[in-house]
Amino acid sequence: MDTFVQEVLEAYQRDKTRLMDILIDIQAQFGYIPPAVVGQIAEALQVSRVDVEQTLSFYHFFSTTPRGEYAIYLNNSVVANMMGRAKIAKTFEDELGCKFGEVTPDGKVGLFETACIGMSDQEPAALINGVVFPNLTPFRVREIVRDIKAGKSPEEMLTASYGDGQNSSPLIKAVVQNHIYKKGPVLSDDYQPGEALKKIVQMTPEAVIEEVKASNLRGRGGAGFPTGLKWEFCRKFPSKQRYIFCNADEGEPGTFKDRVILTERAQLLLEGMAIAGYAVGATQGILYVRYEYKYLQKHLEEMIRIGHEKGYLGQNIGGKEGFDFDVRIQFGAGAYVCGEESALIESAEGKRGEPRDRPPFPVEKGYLDQPTVVNNVETLCSVVKIILNGGSWYRSFGTEASTGTKVLSVSGDCRYPGIYEVEWGFSVNDILDMVGADVEDVQAVQVGGPSGACIGPDEFDRILCYADLATGGSMIIFNHRRDLLREVILNFTNFFIEESCGSCVPCRMLSVIMRDKLLKILNGHGVYQDLIDLEEWGKIMKANRCGLGQTAPRPILTSLKNFRHLYEERLQDKDFDSGFDLEAAIKDACEATQRTPHLHKPERQETAYENELVGAIGDLL
Amino acid sequence: MSKPVVATTSLAGCFGCHMSILDIDERILDLIELVEFDKSPINDIKTFSRECDIGLIEGGCCNSENVEVLRDFRKHCKTLILVGECAIMGGLPALRNNIPIKECLEEAYLNSPSVTENEERIIPNDDELPIILNKVYPCQEIVKIDYYLPGCPPRADLIWETLVALIEGRKPKLDYELIKYD
Ligand SMILES: Cc1cc2nc3c(=O)[nH]c(=O)nc-3n(C[C@H](O)[C@H](O)[C@H](O)COP(=O)(O)O)c2cc1C
Ligand code: SF4
Ligand code: SF4
Repeated sequence: MDTFVQEVLEAYQRDKTRLMDILIDIQAQFGYIPPAVVGQIAEALQVSRVDVEQTLSFYHFFSTTPRGEYAIYLNNSVVANMMGRAKIAKTFEDELGCKFGEVTPDGKVGLFETACIGMSDQEPAALINGVVFPNLTPFRVREIVRDIKAGKSPEEMLTASYGDGQNSSPLIKAVVQNHIYKKGPVLSDDYQPGEALKKIVQMTPEAVIEEVKASNLRGRGGAGFPTGLKWEFCRKFPSKQRYIFCNADEGEPGTFKDRVILTERAQLLLEGMAIAGYAVGATQGILYVRYEYKYLQKHLEEMIRIGHEKGYLGQNIGGKEGFDFDVRIQFGAGAYVCGEESALIESAEGKRGEPRDRPPFPVEKGYLDQPTVVNNVETLCSVVKIILNGGSWYRSFGTEASTGTKVLSVSGDCRYPGIYEVEWGFSVNDILDMVGADVEDVQAVQVGGPSGACIGPDEFDRILCYADLATGGSMIIFNHRRDLLREVILNFTNFFIEESCGSCVPCRMLSVIMRDKLLKILNGHGVYQDLIDLEEWGKIMKANRCGLGQTAPRPILTSLKNFRHLYEERLQDKDFDSGFDLEAAIKDACEATQRTPHLHKPERQETAYENELVGAIGDLL
Repeated sequence: MSKPVVATTSLAGCFGCHMSILDIDERILDLIELVEFDKSPINDIKTFSRECDIGLIEGGCCNSENVEVLRDFRKHCKTLILVGECAIMGGLPALRNNIPIKECLEEAYLNSPSVTENEERIIPNDDELPIILNKVYPCQEIVKIDYYLPGCPPRADLIWETLVALIEGRKPKLDYELIKYD
């Protein structure tokens, strides 16, 4: 064990900023991070044990106890549930004789839950030792368990034919499907690697930035910041070294377009990163990919290798003296919040993925405290086409203020879940038609994932664009059979609770309190005041440091606004009900002490007396 | 006109909030001019003898008795005010909320190094004892509460100002200093 760890430490030059990679390799080798090696790592990196432990304990896919020879992570996202996850989960439990969160007694198989793994168009799906098993059925689960018992490797267990496009290349060999239904500039087939690089070496970096500005391109990762402006800020901030990050963390449930772009257009992306490097004056790029896409590792590494071979990466790119740019891949280890740009940077430095206080913004003080541009996969791909065809060409797509195209990830109740690259300016209705949804039967559409908005049919004429319905690309469709509050809103809220990094009190606590309030309503104890509380408390969440906490109340708030009747029909006709159940609350203690409950049963007397003493006294706080 | 009647109690609290009530110093003399006390540890009256105007609650609910007392207060008091962090949020006692009750009891009565005289290994289970709840509940999760005074404990001046304002039927004047916590 020691020698393996030593080799890993040497492979990363005992560099403490590479702690993530070190832990990922050790976790993969042993199925866990044995406590004994924590000290060894700390010593080699010359950091304290706690420094190692805090990174280790932060990420979902790291563990200090064995996760089994076969670690099965079954997605528990909304869409997975809609597509029949419950039966899959039960079959796994029955066949293996162990529950979720446990490892079988012989240490062979571990069963765990995980948040959306970016396969919403082919759910239910699971990761087994990093290999993706999409479209699971109970039958398929029984096959898998049989193969596990026979000692087959996860790769050997794949029985379906490999997926389309690069999915079946020898370096990926995944049964994952791309499901690309509509292509535009980003996904189009007529792409010649290196052409844009040839063009920019004839331009000054400033001219490149001007061209991107002229295109009006805005960030595709969700926040929509103008890309040219971001680059300019970074370029203008004095520094010797700058960095380009590509954000491929893609953690927003229901989003999977970056997975498809990484699979099919990795060259385009790398070229986009090199262009960004040229424009801002950075020589190093980091492609931060979520752990769930680790099955793409060899493919991505090969694309980088080819880039070097063809001269699109490396030194003197395009024959231009001093245009040097290299890319390394950084894998995450399961944390949605790492998609937030400053958390992404922290994580790539080997630390907990906790968002930083801003300002300073990453363009001034980012990776290793140097000016850093963080851009989404799709943003960087769009840049290449802008350089090739010009900013004004790009503006011919989309609307006046939202130019270009958006790659949508569509899932849920429709005939053709998958990838659609559409111009900005389509309405939700247009999209529903396009993806084969039964429009009459659509109850709601979640636009932009859990941090977006849950809208109903009276808003389906709204337009996808930054000014109206901005979106990072996720669209989940729910028909009338879905219990919106219990199946969707509750699941989303739990997702945010699970993924909070815990720094800010409202994010850590109030989301839980709001979830409990939602549960109280769902369990028939709601009163009208609860709705008012939810609305008022939701406002407090704006005080959180990062987008996760700020958007965490949105599932509740947007459904409360757009589907108020779903809440109201569950309310009781009284002023107050806390839902408190004394008998249930003492059950555990009675069992632990073997006592029989002997409660005085007061008649339920919980309504407030009218306050006669004072007329108008405002809230004290 | 008869004076307003006040009742107070300490549930799962440390009595620090009651100390803060007493911390109004010589204004306690004004207070007894203003109000009468019914059930309260301050005068050691154990049961309600009449309907009250104001109930002050310190501490959350950690056992079945706390719940009964709290419900009794709601029944007898027109206005219920939570005093302090424990009453509003559970406070320090709620630190146990993430630990199953069985583990808590075993740690306290069987396994902790300070357990020396429990040879029969008994977890107290006399019928006279209140039953511990599965977690510590803030009071508003059990009965309706009218007002909340935050702090650990809330400043004496905050408690004073609130009581007087309530009695005089005006809005309290909450100067920044009264609700500043660091
Ligand atoms: C909780 C959270 C998660 C995020 N996840 C992602 C993500 O997975 N991918 C992404 O590109 N941006 C994500 N973002 C947005 C990034 O912070 C950042 O705005 C973006 O990567 C910038 O790139 P762009 O300007 O090209 O959009 C996330 C933000 C938050 C607050
Ligand atoms: S808002 Fe939530 S996720 Fe973001 S920094 Fe605060 S605690 Fe962490
Ligand atoms: S709020 Fe503070 S002072 Fe009051 S009971 Fe709780 S711990 Fe004691």
